[in-house]
Amino acid sequence: MLAARVIMDQGVEVEGVNFFTGFCVEGHTHAIREKKRIKPKRNNALWVAEQLGIKLHIIDVIEEYKDVLLNPKHGYGANLNPCLDCKVFMVKKAVALGLTGEGGFMTRHSFDFIITGEVIGQRPMSQRKDTMPVIASESGADDLLLRPLCARLLPATRPEREGWVDREALYDFNGRNRKPQIALARSLGFSDWSQPAGGCCFLTDIQYSAKLADLWEARGSREYELDDVMLLKVGRHIRPAPHFKLIVGRELGENRYLEGYRNTFTSLYPTSHNGPLCLIDGEPTAADLILAARVLARYSQGKTSDSVTVHIDRLDGTSEELAVVPLPAQEIQQSWHVGA
Amino acid sequence: MSALESLDARGLLCPLPVIRTQDRIKNLQPGELLEVVATDPGTMQDIPAWCRVHGHELVTEETVDNESGEGLVYRFEIRVNA
Repeated sequence: MLAARVIMDQGVEVEGVNFFTGFCVEGHTHAIREKKRIKPKRNNALWVAEQLGIKLHIIDVIEEYKDVLLNPKHGYGANLNPCLDCKVFMVKKAVALGLTGEGGFMTRHSFDFIITGEVIGQRPMSQRKDTMPVIASESGADDLLLRPLCARLLPATRPEREGWVDREALYDFNGRNRKPQIALARSLGFSDWSQPAGGCCFLTDIQYSAKLADLWEARGSREYELDDVMLLKVGRHIRPAPHFKLIVGRELGENRYLEGYRNTFTSLYPTSHNGPLCLIDGEPTAADLILAARVLARYSQGKTSDSVTVHIDRLDGTSEELAVVPLPAQEIQQSWHVGA
Repeated sequence: MSALESLDARGLLCPLPVIRTQDRIKNLQPGELLEVVATDPGTMQDIPAWCRVHGHELVTEETVDNESGEGLVYRFEIRVNA
Protein backbone atom coordinates (compact mmCIF):
# COMPACT_ATOMS: atom_id res chain seq x y z
CA MET A 1 0.00 0.00 0.00
CA LEU A 2 2.74 2.45 1.02
CA ALA A 3 5.08 1.43 -1.78
CA ALA A 4 2.33 1.90 -4.35
CA ARG A 5 1.29 5.26 -2.95
CA VAL A 6 4.87 6.55 -2.83
CA ILE A 7 5.30 5.72 -6.51
CA MET A 8 1.85 7.03 -7.47
CA ASP A 9 2.77 10.32 -5.80
CA GLN A 10 5.59 10.59 -8.33
CA GLY A 11 3.02 10.55 -11.12
CA VAL A 12 3.45 6.90 -12.07
CA GLU A 13 0.38 4.83 -12.98
CA VAL A 14 0.23 1.71 -10.81
CA GLU A 15 -1.86 -1.49 -11.03
CA GLY A 16 -1.89 -4.14 -8.33
CA VAL A 17 -1.48 -7.87 -8.62
CA ASN A 18 -2.37 -10.30 -5.84
CA PHE A 19 -1.68 -14.03 -5.95
CA PHE A 20 -3.94 -16.61 -4.31
CA THR A 21 -1.89 -19.65 -3.29
CA GLY A 22 -4.56 -21.40 -1.23
CA PHE A 23 -2.62 -20.68 1.96
CA CYS A 24 -3.78 -17.08 2.34
CA VAL A 25 -5.21 -16.45 5.80
CA GLU A 26 -7.73 -13.74 5.21
CA GLY A 27 -11.23 -13.79 3.79
CA HIS A 28 -12.24 -17.40 3.59
CA THR A 29 -10.95 -18.27 7.07
CA HIS A 30 -13.04 -15.56 8.64
CA ALA A 31 -15.98 -16.60 6.49
CA ILE A 32 -15.95 -20.16 7.81
CA ARG A 33 -15.96 -19.47 11.51
CA GLU A 34 -19.20 -18.10 12.85
CA LYS A 35 -17.62 -16.35 15.83
CA LYS A 36 -15.28 -14.41 13.57
CA ARG A 37 -18.18 -12.99 11.59
CA ILE A 38 -18.34 -10.00 13.86
CA LYS A 39 -15.04 -8.88 12.36
CA PRO A 40 -15.30 -7.06 9.05
CA LYS A 41 -14.62 -9.58 6.30
CA ARG A 42 -12.73 -7.82 3.60
CA ASN A 43 -10.17 -8.88 1.09
CA ASN A 44 -7.26 -6.71 2.15
CA ALA A 45 -5.73 -6.50 -1.32
CA LEU A 46 -9.05 -5.29 -2.75
CA TRP A 47 -9.47 -2.88 0.13
CA VAL A 48 -6.01 -1.44 -0.47
CA ALA A 49 -6.66 -1.11 -4.20
CA GLU A 50 -9.85 0.79 -3.44
CA GLN A 51 -8.08 3.11 -1.00
CA LEU A 52 -5.44 3.83 -3.62
CA GLY A 53 -7.87 4.05 -6.54
CA ILE A 54 -5.98 1.48 -8.62
CA LYS A 55 -6.97 -1.68 -10.47
CA LEU A 56 -6.22 -4.99 -8.81
CA HIS A 57 -5.75 -8.33 -10.56
CA ILE A 58 -6.23 -11.36 -8.33
CA ILE A 59 -4.52 -14.39 -9.82
CA ASP A 60 -5.20 -18.04 -8.95
CA VAL A 61 -1.77 -19.73 -8.65
CA ILE A 62 -2.90 -22.73 -6.59
CA GLU A 63 -1.58 -25.34 -9.04
CA GLU A 64 1.67 -23.59 -9.94
CA TYR A 65 2.38 -22.89 -6.29
CA LYS A 66 2.62 -26.60 -5.44
CA ASP A 67 6.10 -26.78 -6.92
CA VAL A 68 7.17 -23.76 -4.87
CA LEU A 69 5.99 -25.37 -1.65
CA LEU A 70 7.15 -28.91 -2.40
CA ASN A 71 10.54 -28.11 -3.92
CA PRO A 72 11.83 -24.84 -2.51
CA LYS A 73 15.31 -24.22 -3.90
CA HIS A 74 16.14 -21.99 -0.95
CA GLY A 75 14.45 -24.15 1.70
CA TYR A 76 11.87 -23.34 4.35
CA GLY A 77 11.68 -20.71 7.06
CA ALA A 78 10.81 -21.55 10.66
CA ASN A 79 7.82 -23.63 9.52
CA LEU A 80 6.78 -24.80 6.05
CA ASN A 81 7.07 -21.28 4.66
CA PRO A 82 9.23 -21.17 1.52
CA CYS A 83 9.38 -17.37 1.69
CA LEU A 84 12.32 -16.67 -0.61
CA ASP A 85 11.15 -19.07 -3.31
CA CYS A 86 7.66 -17.63 -2.90
CA LYS A 87 8.92 -14.09 -3.53
CA VAL A 88 10.89 -15.21 -6.56
CA PHE A 89 7.84 -17.05 -7.90
CA MET A 90 5.50 -14.11 -7.45
CA VAL A 91 7.80 -11.52 -8.99
CA LYS A 92 8.53 -13.92 -11.86
CA LYS A 93 4.80 -14.39 -12.35
CA ALA A 94 4.28 -10.62 -12.32
CA VAL A 95 6.98 -10.27 -14.99
CA ALA A 96 5.19 -12.87 -17.13
CA LEU A 97 1.80 -11.23 -16.62
CA GLY A 98 3.16 -7.87 -17.66
CA LEU A 99 4.88 -9.26 -20.71
CA THR A 100 1.97 -11.33 -21.99
CA GLY A 101 -1.01 -9.37 -20.77
CA GLU A 102 -2.30 -12.67 -19.36
CA GLY A 103 -5.30 -12.20 -17.11
CA GLY A 104 -6.06 -8.76 -18.53
CA PHE A 105 -3.07 -7.38 -16.68
CA MET A 106 -1.75 -4.18 -18.20
CA THR A 107 -3.33 -5.04 -21.52
CA ARG A 108 -3.29 -1.51 -22.83
CA HIS A 109 0.45 -1.19 -22.43
CA SER A 110 2.83 -3.47 -20.64
CA PHE A 111 4.45 -2.26 -17.45
CA ASP A 112 7.71 -0.35 -17.26
CA PHE A 113 8.82 -1.73 -13.89
CA ILE A 114 7.65 -3.71 -10.86
CA ILE A 115 7.45 -2.47 -7.28
CA THR A 116 7.10 -4.45 -4.04
CA GLY A 117 6.69 -3.29 -0.47
CA GLU A 118 9.72 -5.17 0.85
CA VAL A 119 11.80 -3.65 3.64
CA ILE A 120 15.30 -4.91 4.43
CA GLY A 121 15.52 -6.69 7.77
CA GLN A 122 11.77 -6.98 8.28
CA ARG A 123 9.93 -10.24 8.83
CA PRO A 124 9.56 -12.59 7.05
CA MET A 125 13.29 -13.23 6.95
CA SER A 126 13.35 -13.40 3.17
CA GLN A 127 13.63 -9.61 3.34
CA ARG A 128 17.39 -9.46 3.79
CA LYS A 129 19.86 -7.29 1.97
CA ASP A 130 21.54 -10.40 0.51
CA THR A 131 18.26 -11.91 -0.71
CA MET A 132 16.99 -8.79 -2.49
CA PRO A 133 19.28 -9.33 -5.51
CA VAL A 134 18.42 -13.06 -5.53
CA ILE A 135 14.73 -12.23 -5.98
CA ALA A 136 15.54 -9.69 -8.70
CA SER A 137 17.79 -12.00 -10.68
CA GLU A 138 15.96 -15.34 -10.27
CA SER A 139 12.62 -13.76 -11.13
CA GLY A 140 13.99 -12.24 -14.31
CA ALA A 141 12.89 -8.77 -13.21
CA ASP A 142 16.54 -7.77 -12.66
CA ASP A 143 16.91 -4.02 -12.24
CA LEU A 144 13.28 -3.38 -13.13
CA LEU A 145 12.37 -4.47 -9.60
CA LEU A 146 12.13 -1.43 -7.33
CA ARG A 147 11.52 -1.47 -3.55
CA PRO A 148 10.42 2.11 -2.84
CA LEU A 149 10.46 1.69 0.95
CA CYS A 150 14.14 0.70 1.17
CA ALA A 151 15.45 1.72 -2.26
CA ARG A 152 18.01 4.14 -0.87
CA LEU A 153 19.77 1.29 0.90
CA LEU A 154 20.06 -0.68 -2.34
CA PRO A 155 21.88 -0.07 -5.63
CA ALA A 156 19.93 2.23 -7.95
CA THR A 157 17.58 0.36 -10.25
CA ARG A 158 16.85 1.31 -13.84
CA PRO A 159 13.73 3.36 -12.97
CA GLU A 160 15.92 5.44 -10.67
CA ARG A 161 18.87 5.70 -13.06
CA GLU A 162 16.65 6.66 -15.99
CA GLY A 163 14.82 9.25 -13.91
CA TRP A 164 11.42 7.54 -14.18
CA VAL A 165 11.26 7.99 -10.40
CA ASP A 166 13.12 10.32 -8.08
CA ARG A 167 15.39 8.18 -5.89
CA GLU A 168 15.69 11.01 -3.37
CA ALA A 169 11.93 10.82 -2.75
CA LEU A 170 12.17 7.10 -1.94
CA TYR A 171 12.90 5.67 1.52
CA ASP A 172 15.61 3.90 3.52
CA PHE A 173 13.50 1.87 5.94
CA ASN A 174 15.39 -0.94 7.61
CA GLY A 175 14.71 -3.48 10.35
CA ARG A 176 11.75 -4.93 12.19
CA ASN A 177 10.56 -1.68 13.68
CA ARG A 178 7.48 -0.65 11.71
CA LYS A 179 7.19 2.80 13.30
CA PRO A 180 8.66 4.61 10.27
CA GLN A 181 6.12 2.93 7.98
CA ILE A 182 3.29 3.77 10.36
CA ALA A 183 4.46 7.39 10.50
CA LEU A 184 4.62 7.52 6.70
CA ALA A 185 1.14 5.98 6.44
CA ARG A 186 -0.26 8.61 8.79
CA SER A 187 1.49 11.40 6.91
CA LEU A 188 -0.14 10.15 3.71
CA GLY A 189 -3.54 10.27 5.37
CA PHE A 190 -4.02 6.56 6.00
CA SER A 191 -5.65 5.62 9.30
CA ASP A 192 -5.96 1.89 8.61
CA TRP A 193 -3.69 -0.60 6.86
CA SER A 194 -3.62 -4.27 6.01
CA GLN A 195 -1.82 -7.27 7.45
CA PRO A 196 1.98 -6.99 7.50
CA ALA A 197 3.83 -9.47 5.29
CA GLY A 198 4.10 -13.00 6.66
CA GLY A 199 1.04 -12.81 8.91
CA CYS A 200 -1.16 -13.40 5.89
CA CYS A 201 0.17 -16.89 5.08
CA PHE A 202 -0.82 -20.09 6.88
CA LEU A 203 2.55 -21.63 6.05
CA THR A 204 4.19 -19.34 8.61
CA ASP A 205 1.87 -20.76 11.29
CA ILE A 206 3.37 -23.51 13.45
CA GLN A 207 0.07 -25.32 14.04
CA TYR A 208 -0.95 -25.22 10.41
CA SER A 209 2.47 -26.45 9.28
CA ALA A 210 2.22 -29.34 11.75
CA LYS A 211 -1.16 -30.32 10.27
CA LEU A 212 0.23 -30.18 6.75
CA ALA A 213 3.28 -32.28 7.70
CA ASP A 214 0.94 -34.79 9.42
CA LEU A 215 -1.20 -35.03 6.28
CA TRP A 216 1.82 -35.72 4.10
CA GLU A 217 3.19 -38.31 6.50
CA ALA A 218 -0.13 -40.13 6.84
CA ARG A 219 -0.57 -40.30 3.07
CA GLY A 220 3.03 -41.19 2.35
CA SER A 221 3.00 -38.46 -0.29
CA ARG A 222 3.41 -34.71 -0.34
CA GLU A 223 0.81 -34.21 -3.04
CA TYR A 224 -2.13 -32.03 -2.05
CA GLU A 225 -5.26 -30.46 -3.49
CA LEU A 226 -6.97 -27.19 -2.59
CA ASP A 227 -9.57 -29.07 -0.52
CA ASP A 228 -6.79 -30.56 1.63
CA VAL A 229 -5.35 -27.11 2.23
CA MET A 230 -8.75 -25.67 3.11
CA LEU A 231 -9.72 -28.50 5.47
CA LEU A 232 -6.53 -28.02 7.47
CA LYS A 233 -7.89 -24.59 8.40
CA VAL A 234 -11.14 -25.99 9.78
CA GLY A 235 -12.01 -27.92 12.94
CA ARG A 236 -10.13 -30.01 15.46
CA HIS A 237 -7.85 -32.55 13.77
CA ILE A 238 -7.57 -35.67 15.89
CA ARG A 239 -5.47 -38.64 14.76
CA PRO A 240 -5.88 -41.67 17.06
CA ALA A 241 -3.93 -43.87 14.62
CA PRO A 242 -1.73 -43.30 11.56
CA HIS A 243 -4.36 -44.57 9.11
CA PHE A 244 -7.27 -42.28 10.03
CA LYS A 245 -8.01 -38.81 11.33
CA LEU A 246 -11.13 -37.08 12.63
CA ILE A 247 -11.97 -33.53 11.59
CA VAL A 248 -14.46 -32.24 14.16
CA GLY A 249 -16.28 -28.94 13.63
CA ARG A 250 -15.79 -26.44 16.45
CA GLU A 251 -18.88 -24.35 15.83
CA LEU A 252 -21.82 -23.80 13.51
CA GLY A 253 -19.89 -22.10 10.73
CA GLU A 254 -17.33 -24.89 10.60
CA ASN A 255 -20.02 -27.58 10.71
CA ARG A 256 -21.75 -25.93 7.78
CA TYR A 257 -18.49 -25.80 5.86
CA LEU A 258 -17.73 -29.47 6.60
CA GLU A 259 -21.23 -30.39 5.35
CA GLY A 260 -19.95 -29.65 1.84
CA TYR A 261 -17.52 -32.58 2.13
CA ARG A 262 -19.95 -35.26 3.29
CA ASN A 263 -20.00 -36.90 -0.13
CA THR A 264 -16.22 -37.34 -0.16
CA PHE A 265 -15.58 -38.46 3.43
CA THR A 266 -17.15 -40.89 5.89
CA SER A 267 -19.09 -38.60 8.20
CA LEU A 268 -20.55 -38.84 11.71
CA TYR A 269 -22.90 -36.71 13.74
CA PRO A 270 -24.79 -37.24 17.02
CA THR A 271 -28.56 -37.69 16.80
CA SER A 272 -29.47 -38.05 20.47
CA HIS A 273 -27.78 -34.78 21.45
CA ASN A 274 -26.65 -31.59 19.76
CA GLY A 275 -23.10 -31.81 18.57
CA PRO A 276 -20.63 -31.25 15.76
CA LEU A 277 -20.21 -32.86 12.39
CA CYS A 278 -17.13 -35.05 12.03
CA LEU A 279 -15.37 -36.16 8.84
CA ILE A 280 -13.04 -39.14 8.78
CA ASP A 281 -9.95 -38.83 6.59
CA GLY A 282 -8.38 -42.21 5.86
CA GLU A 283 -9.62 -45.79 5.91
CA PRO A 284 -11.09 -46.57 9.31
CA THR A 285 -12.03 -50.11 10.36
CA ALA A 286 -15.31 -50.88 12.14
CA ALA A 287 -13.48 -50.62 15.48
CA ASP A 288 -11.99 -47.29 14.41
CA LEU A 289 -15.48 -45.95 13.66
CA ILE A 290 -16.64 -46.92 17.13
CA LEU A 291 -13.66 -45.06 18.61
CA ALA A 292 -14.40 -42.08 16.34
CA ALA A 293 -18.04 -42.09 17.48
CA ARG A 294 -16.92 -42.11 21.12
CA VAL A 295 -14.52 -39.21 20.51
CA LEU A 296 -17.24 -37.28 18.72
CA ALA A 297 -19.67 -37.97 21.58
CA ARG A 298 -17.13 -36.33 23.90
CA TYR A 299 -17.47 -33.12 21.88
CA SER A 300 -21.30 -33.28 21.86
CA GLN A 301 -23.73 -31.95 24.43
CA GLY A 302 -24.07 -35.55 25.61
CA LYS A 303 -20.46 -35.72 26.80
CA THR A 304 -21.54 -36.52 30.37
CA SER A 305 -24.38 -38.86 29.34
CA ASP A 306 -24.19 -42.63 29.64
CA SER A 307 -24.95 -43.04 25.97
CA VAL A 308 -24.88 -40.92 22.82
CA THR A 309 -26.36 -42.09 19.52
CA VAL A 310 -24.13 -41.32 16.55
CA HIS A 311 -25.17 -41.56 12.91
CA ILE A 312 -22.50 -42.75 10.47
CA ASP A 313 -22.59 -42.31 6.68
CA ARG A 314 -19.95 -44.36 4.89
CA LEU A 315 -18.54 -43.60 1.48
CA ASP A 316 -19.98 -46.85 0.08
CA GLY A 317 -23.47 -45.44 0.69
CA THR A 318 -24.26 -47.49 3.80
CA SER A 319 -25.33 -45.91 7.06
CA GLU A 320 -25.77 -47.00 10.64
CA GLU A 321 -26.51 -45.64 14.08
CA LEU A 322 -24.32 -46.51 17.02
CA ALA A 323 -25.06 -45.98 20.70
CA VAL A 324 -21.71 -45.25 22.35
CA VAL A 325 -20.32 -44.15 25.69
CA PRO A 326 -18.49 -40.81 25.30
CA LEU A 327 -14.75 -41.31 25.58
CA PRO A 328 -13.52 -39.92 28.92
CA ALA A 329 -11.56 -36.70 28.36
CA GLN A 330 -8.40 -38.21 29.84
CA GLU A 331 -8.48 -41.01 27.24
CA ILE A 332 -8.25 -38.54 24.35
CA GLN A 333 -4.50 -38.41 24.25
CA GLN A 334 -2.80 -35.07 23.78
CA SER A 335 -0.68 -36.59 21.01
CA TRP A 336 -3.85 -37.29 19.00
CA HIS A 337 -4.45 -33.54 18.59
CA VAL A 338 -2.65 -32.63 15.40
CA GLY A 339 -1.01 -29.22 15.51
CA ALA A 340 -2.29 -28.46 19.01
CA MET B 1 -32.02 -6.28 -22.83
CA SER B 2 -28.65 -8.01 -22.49
CA ALA B 3 -28.48 -11.78 -22.11
CA LEU B 4 -27.73 -12.83 -18.52
CA GLU B 5 -24.63 -14.99 -18.17
CA SER B 6 -24.48 -16.97 -14.95
CA LEU B 7 -21.66 -18.02 -12.61
CA ASP B 8 -22.24 -20.54 -9.84
CA ALA B 9 -19.68 -19.77 -7.11
CA ARG B 10 -21.52 -21.63 -4.36
CA GLY B 11 -19.19 -23.54 -2.03
CA LEU B 12 -16.19 -21.41 -3.00
CA LEU B 13 -14.54 -19.23 -0.40
CA CYS B 14 -13.10 -15.79 -1.08
CA PRO B 15 -11.17 -14.82 -3.03
CA LEU B 16 -12.14 -17.64 -5.41
CA PRO B 17 -15.63 -16.21 -6.20
CA VAL B 18 -13.93 -12.91 -7.09
CA ILE B 19 -11.30 -14.66 -9.22
CA ARG B 20 -13.97 -16.66 -11.08
CA THR B 21 -16.00 -13.46 -11.60
CA GLN B 22 -12.93 -11.64 -12.89
CA ASP B 23 -12.10 -14.50 -15.28
CA ARG B 24 -15.66 -14.73 -16.60
CA ILE B 25 -16.05 -11.00 -17.14
CA LYS B 26 -12.87 -10.96 -19.21
CA ASN B 27 -14.78 -12.89 -21.87
CA LEU B 28 -17.88 -10.68 -21.83
CA GLN B 29 -18.60 -7.57 -23.87
CA PRO B 30 -19.29 -4.12 -22.40
CA GLY B 31 -22.94 -3.85 -21.39
CA GLU B 32 -23.40 -7.60 -20.91
CA LEU B 33 -24.74 -8.85 -17.58
CA LEU B 34 -23.24 -11.51 -15.34
CA GLU B 35 -25.18 -13.14 -12.51
CA VAL B 36 -23.01 -14.51 -9.68
CA VAL B 37 -24.43 -16.81 -7.00
CA ALA B 38 -22.25 -17.51 -3.94
CA THR B 39 -22.48 -18.88 -0.40
CA ASP B 40 -19.45 -17.19 1.18
CA PRO B 41 -20.61 -14.13 3.14
CA GLY B 42 -17.26 -12.56 2.29
CA THR B 43 -18.59 -12.01 -1.25
CA MET B 44 -20.92 -9.34 0.16
CA GLN B 45 -17.81 -7.22 0.69
CA ASP B 46 -15.54 -8.50 -2.03
CA ILE B 47 -17.77 -8.58 -5.14
CA PRO B 48 -18.99 -4.96 -4.68
CA ALA B 49 -15.40 -3.84 -3.91
CA TRP B 50 -14.08 -5.61 -7.00
CA CYS B 51 -16.79 -3.96 -9.12
CA ARG B 52 -15.91 -0.52 -7.74
CA VAL B 53 -12.19 -1.06 -8.34
CA HIS B 54 -12.76 -2.08 -11.97
CA GLY B 55 -15.62 0.27 -12.74
CA HIS B 56 -18.26 -2.41 -13.37
CA GLU B 57 -21.84 -1.64 -12.38
CA LEU B 58 -23.34 -3.71 -9.58
CA VAL B 59 -26.96 -3.82 -10.73
CA THR B 60 -28.35 -6.20 -8.10
CA GLU B 61 -27.09 -7.39 -4.72
CA GLU B 62 -29.35 -9.58 -2.64
CA THR B 63 -29.32 -12.23 0.07
CA VAL B 64 -31.62 -15.22 -0.34
CA ASP B 65 -32.44 -17.65 2.46
CA ASN B 66 -32.09 -20.98 0.71
CA GLU B 67 -34.52 -23.54 2.06
CA SER B 68 -32.43 -26.51 0.91
CA GLY B 69 -30.31 -26.26 4.06
CA GLU B 70 -27.47 -24.55 2.22
CA GLY B 71 -27.85 -21.47 4.39
CA LEU B 72 -27.81 -17.97 2.95
CA VAL B 73 -27.10 -17.49 -0.73
CA TYR B 74 -25.72 -14.22 -2.08
CA ARG B 75 -26.76 -13.15 -5.57
CA PHE B 76 -25.23 -10.39 -7.66
CA GLU B 77 -25.86 -9.00 -11.13
CA ILE B 78 -22.94 -7.16 -12.67
CA ARG B 79 -23.01 -5.07 -15.85
CA VAL B 80 -19.66 -5.09 -17.63
CA ASN B 81 -18.19 -1.62 -18.03
CA ALA B 82 -17.41 -0.06 -21.38
